[in-house]
Amino acid sequence: MGDAIVITSGKGGVGKTTTTANIGTALALSGKKVCLVDTDIGLRNLDVVMGLENRIIYDLVDVAEERCRLHQALIKDKRFEALYMLPAAQTKDKSAVQPEQMKRIIDELKQDYDYVLIDCPAGIEQGFKNAIAGADKSVVVTTPETSAVRDADRIIGLLEKEENIEAPKLVVNRIRNHMMESGEMLDVDEIVSILAIDLLGIVGDDDTVIRASNKGEPIALDPSSKASLAYRNIARRILGESVPLLSLQEERGMLTKMKKFFGMRS
Amino acid sequence: MSMAQKQTQQFVTIKGTKDGLNLILDDSCAFRDVINELDEKLSARHIQQTEGNVITVTLKLGYRYLTSDQEETLRSMIQSKQNLEVDRIDSNVISREEAEEERKRTTVTSVTRTVRSGQVLEVEGDLLLIGDVNPGGTVKAAGNIFIMGSLRGVAHAGANGDINAVITAAVMKPSQLKVADLISRPPDQAGTAVHEAECAFVREGYSEISVDRIQVLTKVRPNLTRL
Repeated sequence: MGDAIVITSGKGGVGKTTTTANIGTALALSGKKVCLVDTDIGLRNLDVVMGLENRIIYDLVDVAEERCRLHQALIKDKRFEALYMLPAAQTKDKSAVQPEQMKRIIDELKQDYDYVLIDCPAGIEQGFKNAIAGADKSVVVTTPETSAVRDADRIIGLLEKEENIEAPKLVVNRIRNHMMESGEMLDVDEIVSILAIDLLGIVGDDDTVIRASNKGEPIALDPSSKASLAYRNIARRILGESVPLLSLQEERGMLTKMKKFFGMRS
Repeated sequence: MSMAQKQTQQFVTIKGTKDGLNLILDDSCAFRDVINELDEKLSARHIQQTEGNVITVTLKLGYRYLTSDQEETLRSMIQSKQNLEVDRIDSNVISREEAEEERKRTTVTSVTRTVRSGQVLEVEGDLLLIGDVNPGGTVKAAGNIFIMGSLRGVAHAGANGDINAVITAAVMKPSQLKVADLISRPPDQAGTAVHEAECAFVREGYSEISVDRIQVLTKVRPNLTRL
């Protein structure tokens, strides 16, 4: 029985889909059986980022409405034997699926996979409710911008009300080191002090991430990229390893916070 | 005849003081008996003939509980008499609901959590928050608000109109402060960071919220001490 982890943020455009694709890829690299689920019905992206768009036959809504069996809708990754994804429907909207249906699908996936990563749509409405319905754990993605941190705070509040979901963990994405150093951007310590949840990882702003996404090759595959290393580290922390943060200036003082992850179950 | 008179005299005792009349009502007889006897006594000539100013009346009920209907009956009966005005009703007993309200009004509710964006935490008495109020979050109390962490959102003390309510925070960086129906927000240019606990309150005679060191409360709100 695997773990279902929802990746969410509240605000759009902070990197939920990129994070889902890369953590999934990194977990697959570690030899885990992983299934990615795109719940952004009507605005699906995960298949594009994974480079699997042209292989979609059935989707999440087909499974929910029982037009096909779950395994028929799953798409196997080009690169990994043990990495699959369940795409969202593009022709419907969020109301095409109910939370109970989502929970049933996720529960079924958990039987076969070590990790089920759920890519959540932006917002706090139906799409969000669907995405968290089957989740056991949650990762909140934010960027060092006040508006993104506000929305992350709102989302954390909603996640904390869910009894079946463990306390959310934080990923700070798109960090620009020079701006943080000059104080033009919120620094990681500040974000963690406001949001008051455990930090799972930080990812720098990196041109290679965008380039890779456009090619449909998750950056986690490229060992030379710093962002790739960041995602691999996040995956290792999810697996329960203790990995120090990457060498960003903000690292000082964060090491002690990372110790909280020592006890994290895989 | 003489029996009945003796009996009626037990129910209502009228005492004159320099502040007006004290009506001491028996608390073990029927309400109807009290009303009847009171009506009779207050209609007596020597009271009706009193000239000049309104006489204030204090009702002393002992252990009798009056329903609001009964209270209304009693008041309107007394008010209908010339020159009489009910000033106070003293009773040794209150209802369960009143006791519960009183308890809520005076208790300090302690809560440990982060009040996040979009969340509202509301209490009926004083609030002791062991945690932060984040931007977009709101705490509201009929009484005072004491925040052990950072206040970055909205705090509304004295929500039912108590202008003497105060807000304290270990780190006071609110987006808005409200006391009763007064609102204030910090200036758009962020001032220098203060690294000590602060309080917000309305100074006597002012109609704006002041923010000051927390120690100032000792002088301006000594009644916060409930030792």
